Amino acid sequence: MEETILEVSRLTVTIPTDRGEILPVNDVSLRIPAGKIVGIVGESGCGKSMTARAVIGLIRPPGRVAGGSVRLGGRELTGLLPKERRRLMGSEISMVFQEPMSSLNPVMKVGRQVEEALLQHGVCSRKEARERVLEMFRAVEIPEPEVRYDSYPHQLSGGLRQRVMIAMAMVCRPRVLIADEPTTALDVTVEAQILRLLRELRDRGTGLLVISHNLGVIAQLCDWVYVMYAGRIVESASAEELFERPLHPYTRGLFRSVLSVGEGAETLETIPGVVPSLHHLPEGCSFSLRCSRCETRCEKEMPELRELAPGHAVRCRPAEREALHE
Amino acid sequence: MPLSGRKKTDALASLALQSQLGEEIRFRDRLRRLARENKTAVVSAALILVMALAAVFAPLLTPYGEKDMDLLNRLSPPSAAHLLGTDEGGRDVLARLLYGARISLLVGVVPALLSLLLGALLGVIAGYRGGWADALIMRAADITLAFPSMLLTMVVMYALGGGIGNVFLTLTLVNWANVARVVRAQTLQLKNSEFAESARITGVPSRVIMRRHILPNCLPTLLVLFTLNIPASILTESSLSFLGLGVQPPYASWGLMINTGRQYLFNAPWLCFVPGAAIMLIVLAFNFLGNGLMDVLDPRQQKS
Repeated sequence: MEETILEVSRLTVTIPTDRGEILPVNDVSLRIPAGKIVGIVGESGCGKSMTARAVIGLIRPPGRVAGGSVRLGGRELTGLLPKERRRLMGSEISMVFQEPMSSLNPVMKVGRQVEEALLQHGVCSRKEARERVLEMFRAVEIPEPEVRYDSYPHQLSGGLRQRVMIAMAMVCRPRVLIADEPTTALDVTVEAQILRLLRELRDRGTGLLVISHNLGVIAQLCDWVYVMYAGRIVESASAEELFERPLHPYTRGLFRSVLSVGEGAETLETIPGVVPSLHHLPEGCSFSLRCSRCETRCEKEMPELRELAPGHAVRCRPAEREALHE
Repeated sequence: MPLSGRKKTDALASLALQSQLGEEIRFRDRLRRLARENKTAVVSAALILVMALAAVFAPLLTPYGEKDMDLLNRLSPPSAAHLLGTDEGGRDVLARLLYGARISLLVGVVPALLSLLLGALLGVIAGYRGGWADALIMRAADITLAFPSMLLTMVVMYALGGGIGNVFLTLTLVNWANVARVVRAQTLQLKNSEFAESARITGVPSRVIMRRHILPNCLPTLLVLFTLNIPASILTESSLSFLGLGVQPPYASWGLMINTGRQYLFNAPWLCFVPGAAIMLIVLAFNFLGNGLMDVLDPRQQKS
C-alpha cells in the first residue's frame, strides 16, 4: 500500500454553547497517502470544513480539539507548541480557503503575500524568493507573472486569485495540501482549470485533502472519498467503488439528488428533512430521522463504522445486512 | 456636525466593522472622489495647508518677532504698520498669530500622532491577543474615557505643570483610548479574516500578521481619527492656555492670546477676535476634512 503522509485518528472537536457542548467533528479518522487526492463530501454543516480546520489547527475559540491525533509523516501535530507548529505550517502542510475574494490581504501586493511564507521559513533570500514566486506563478499558470507579482488582489479575477492562493499554499512545497471548497466561488470553466491544477499537484506527489459539497468535483478529482454526516464519517471507499456501489442510505440519497443532463427525470429527488441540529441529535443513528430504511434498533443505537468489503466502510446496519446477503 | 467623545468612537467602530474586506475601491480612488464631490473638504484642506505654510514661513511674512515689545505703541488698532494691531505690550498681533500658529498646529498634530501610535499599538495587541492583555488594556481605556476629557486634561496638566512638552504628553494620555477602542474593534474582525488565517497557516508569526496584515488595513480609519483628533487637541490646548495651564508667556499660542486679550475686550477687541477667528477656522477646517474622509471611506455610503 502507498505511503501515508497524513493520518488523522479519532479526531474530535467540541464547541461549548449556551445549550451544552456540541461535537461538530466526532471521532473522525482518515488517512491521506502521498500522491493521492482524498475527498470529504457532505451537506452544509456536516463538519467537513471543521475537520479540515482541526487538522491544520485553525479551530476558533471557544471551540477546541478535544481528542484524537493528527500525524504528519509520523509526527504528532496536536499539542505542538505554537512555535513548532508554525515551522511546519506552510512548509509541510498548507491550506487553500474557499473564498478567493477575502483570502488575500486587500492592501498588499499578491507577490509579496506569496513571498511571505518563503521568507518566514527562511527558505531563501529576498532576491531568490521573488524568483521562486514567479516560478510558482508560472506553475499555476498565471499569465504575465512579472506583472501579476505587483498586482493588488482587487485587480485580479476570481480564478486568478484562487491561483494565487494555491501558489501561496504551495510555494514552500508542502507534502499535504488541504483545499476547502476550492472551486465553489468560481465558474465552471475556471473550475475545470483549477481541478486540473490540483491533479497536477497530486501527480507530483503532494497528498491532497479536498473538501466539497459538489459531487461532480469529488467524482472528477478524488481517489478516495469520505462521506460525512452530522460530524461523523458514515461511509468511506475508493471513489470508483463509492460511485459504483454506494451503501449508506445517505450517500445514495446524495447521489440521487444530483441533476444529470439528459436523463429525463421529471422531478429532482431530494433527501427528506434537514441536517439535524447538533444540539438535538437523535439517540441512535444521526441519519435515522431522515432515513427510509430506519429500523427500531437504528433509533436506539449508533451503528459502528464497519468495513464490509476491502477498503469500503459503512456506518449503517441495514446496509451491512444487505451487503452480506448479496 | 462633528460627533463628540464616545459617540464618535462608536460611530467609527461600527464603520470599522463594516470595513473594507473584499472592497473593490482603492483608497486613492476614494480620495479622488472626495476631491470631486466634497468641495468643503477641498477648501478645508487648502486652508489647513495655507495656515501650515504661514506658520512655517512666519519670519518671512512679518518683520516683527513674537516677543518684540514696543511700549510706545501699546494696544494700537490695526494700521498699515501693524495689520492686526498690537497688544498690551506693543507686540504685533499678526506676528504673534503666525508664531502662535506654530504652537497651535504642533499641539494639534503631535499629540494626535502620538495618541494614534500608542492607541493603534495597544488596540491591535488587545484585539489580537485577547485574554488578560485585552482586559488590561481595555480597562485602562475605559478608565481614561470615564473621566470628562477636559477635567482629566486639567488635572494632569496641573500635576505636571505648564509647558509645551507636558501639553503633548497630556493630550496623548487623554486621546489614546479612543484610538485603541476603534483599532481593537477592527482587529477583532480582521484577525479571523481569511487572509489573516492564510498567513497564519503558512507559518507567519502573530507579530508579523499584526504589523503587515492588520494595521495596514486599519489605516483609512486611523486617518479619519487623526483628522478628527487634531481640532480636538487644538481646542483643548487653547482652553488650557486660556486657563493659564498650557503654553506660558511670552510665547504665543492662540488660546493664550485670547486670555491676555480678554482684559482689553472693550477697548481693543481685535486682541480676542483675531486668534478666536483663527481657532474657529482651523478647527472647522479639520472637522470638515475629517467628516469628508469619513464619508468616502465608509463603505455604507458608497455610491454605485
